[in-house]
Amino acid sequence: MTIIKRGLAALAAAALSTALAVPAFAEPVKFDFWFGLSGDLARVVDTLCKNFNASQKDYEVVCTSQGNYDATLQNTIAAFRAGKQPTVVQVYDVGTATMMLSGAYKPADKLMEENGYKIDYSDYFPGIARYYATSKGEMLSFPFNSSTALMYWNKDAFAKIGKTEAPKTWEDVGADLKALKDAGYDCPMAINISANESWQLMEQFSAIHNQPIASKNNGYDGLDARLEMNKTKFVQYVTDLKKWYDAGLIKIKSKDLGQDMVQAFATGTCQIIMTSVGDHGTVGKTQKEGMNWDVAELPVYAGTERKNSLVGGASLWVLSGKSDAEYKGAAAFLNFIHDPKTALFWSTNTGYIPVTKSGFEYMKANGFYDKAPYKGREVAIASLTASEPTEITRGIRLGNFTQIRAEFGTQMQAIFANKESVQDGVDALVKNGNAILDRFQQTYPNKTLP
Amino acid sequence: MEKRVTFGKWTIGILFAVPQLILIFTFFYWPAGQAVYWSLTLQQPWGGGNIWVGLDNFRSILANADYWNSITASLIFAGISTGLAMFIALVLAALTDRQLAGSWLYRVVLIWPYGIAAPALAMAFRFILAPEAGFMAFANHFWPGFWDPGLNGADAMASVIIAFSWKYVGYNFIFFLAAFQAIPRSLIEAAAMDGSGVIRRFWDIQFPLITPTIFFLLVINITESFQDSFGIVDIMTAGGPANATNLMVYKIYSDGFKGLDYSGAAAQSIILMLLIIALTIVQFRFIERRVHYR
Repeated sequence: MTIIKRGLAALAAAALSTALAVPAFAEPVKFDFWFGLSGDLARVVDTLCKNFNASQKDYEVVCTSQGNYDATLQNTIAAFRAGKQPTVVQVYDVGTATMMLSGAYKPADKLMEENGYKIDYSDYFPGIARYYATSKGEMLSFPFNSSTALMYWNKDAFAKIGKTEAPKTWEDVGADLKALKDAGYDCPMAINISANESWQLMEQFSAIHNQPIASKNNGYDGLDARLEMNKTKFVQYVTDLKKWYDAGLIKIKSKDLGQDMVQAFATGTCQIIMTSVGDHGTVGKTQKEGMNWDVAELPVYAGTERKNSLVGGASLWVLSGKSDAEYKGAAAFLNFIHDPKTALFWSTNTGYIPVTKSGFEYMKANGFYDKAPYKGREVAIASLTASEPTEITRGIRLGNFTQIRAEFGTQMQAIFANKESVQDGVDALVKNGNAILDRFQQTYPNKTLP
Repeated sequence: MEKRVTFGKWTIGILFAVPQLILIFTFFYWPAGQAVYWSLTLQQPWGGGNIWVGLDNFRSILANADYWNSITASLIFAGISTGLAMFIALVLAALTDRQLAGSWLYRVVLIWPYGIAAPALAMAFRFILAPEAGFMAFANHFWPGFWDPGLNGADAMASVIIAFSWKYVGYNFIFFLAAFQAIPRSLIEAAAMDGSGVIRRFWDIQFPLITPTIFFLLVINITESFQDSFGIVDIMTAGGPANATNLMVYKIYSDGFKGLDYSGAAAQSIILMLLIIALTIVQFRFIERRVHYR
């Protein structure tokens, strides 16, 4: 009997102590965050996650890189269909329309409100917020890594042709390229014409010139939007690029050929490139010793009133079907990322720009933009805020836009290989792109974009 | 009298077969059935619902000029790379079988390419064939514009064919060498004593005796060139330039996974499956007749 009694007492004591211990040593609530960055950038995200976990004791975010943006979306869809989705996921800019129709998310603004966080949505740069917001202006996801396209130019080469400033119009660019060629530069400007360059060559160009990519305000007003860049200034632009390419003023540079654009610029081989502000750090780190270079806003055609350029990058979506505790953690995480101090950390360690005005002000106040190697990155903010976003420069809200970008690459390659004329190529891009949009619309009958 | 072990009840036999049947059902018939179902519907990628569309997916694919271009590219790729990989492997195996100096080394080394993963080998060939930096930069130096896989579709197709063939030379080599070594030495020695040269012996004795192996490799190579080309294309050309190397299997991947058009991709994989089945039937029907099994 005594043994049983003692045993019971011990059990009771043990139970009591566990009951007491649980609140004291409560395990933090774990939730998953999947992202699509790799290499150096993935390490920065990991540090960001560590900082968040160290900043509080209630939640623990588990951050997993899925390699790239495409794979992140694919893996998330597969996980969602199996009921094993992460709580927070990073989805790239052009995946926004797909996400909005998925019915698989919890609106970010609602999430923050439910968990008692007050976010001032007017603090986001309008050019960034509108890209990810619904047509009514609600934020369904939070902007995360953001960039825009800039023109990188070699000051030394321009000094040789007597210029101290970057060309502001495409007409000037044409003349400068000619002068650079005559001054003995073999590659005045480098471009690439794969699916990836749809971003700077077609999307950014169209926004800055206030030209539509598609009807229905680039798709914001309905799934029945169809492409129409075969009727805009874009055709003129491709014609000029092709003309300069034929004259040897522009060279095509890509990894498959041996050297990509950024390498070609950093080594001084090519004198102008157009790429993301995210490459600012790479050029600085890998540039030829002593080379003088700077960044400028993308040029416009003479007589054009410049509009804001588009944001590129990705936003953070919170997926549906998770527990309240995980949502609390996700809200705390989003709030942490929203903090200006995180913006400073993030932009210092990557080439991305701050997404809020307060983040930008905080970084300016800290002297971030005053000295090399970060000097010049403020041009990206100037480009993004060149104007109040118009109905067209808000962004692009088209289904399966990844495939339309692929079609862009295909047709540009056909044009540059002289397989078809510029107008025929852009017409084919519109025709094939519209078939992709038709299919997307058929897949989502009776659904409308929020 | 032959002695046989038999089971009294047929159920026991079935029971032994069950594990295998379950495996085949789970990993082949079930996914294949799912693909057929998807190809007849329009699937929302996030699983929100689907609509029955009958054969619409097949109709829209077969009405698409890009898809026919993709079929043509796949047939060209399959034909040339199979021919190249088998011919080179046959020559190498025949020479190795002749016990030339150092043949023990070739026997080991020539098998390696097959052991290399497609993406790694594609990356290597991308460097080797890069027009500005690689080996071909040399050729471009003397004949500017000679090699440009970035814009010239034929050059890009040649690149992926070279990379694929290189890998399958190793695979074919093992089989050819084994086939050659299975031929009784006495036959070849007898022919040699009768005064026939190397080439004569090859055509009259060795070649007819290895036709079963040639036939087997033909079927495997053609099938694999439709399916295994994916990794090489993805790394080397991503289907470009201007769809010149957009092989059927790569188009399935890019439409399905990048474009999230699961139904269209499912329909394409059904067509690919039917095409491979048809090609294999043709080979068995018409080419196998010329094969001499001993």
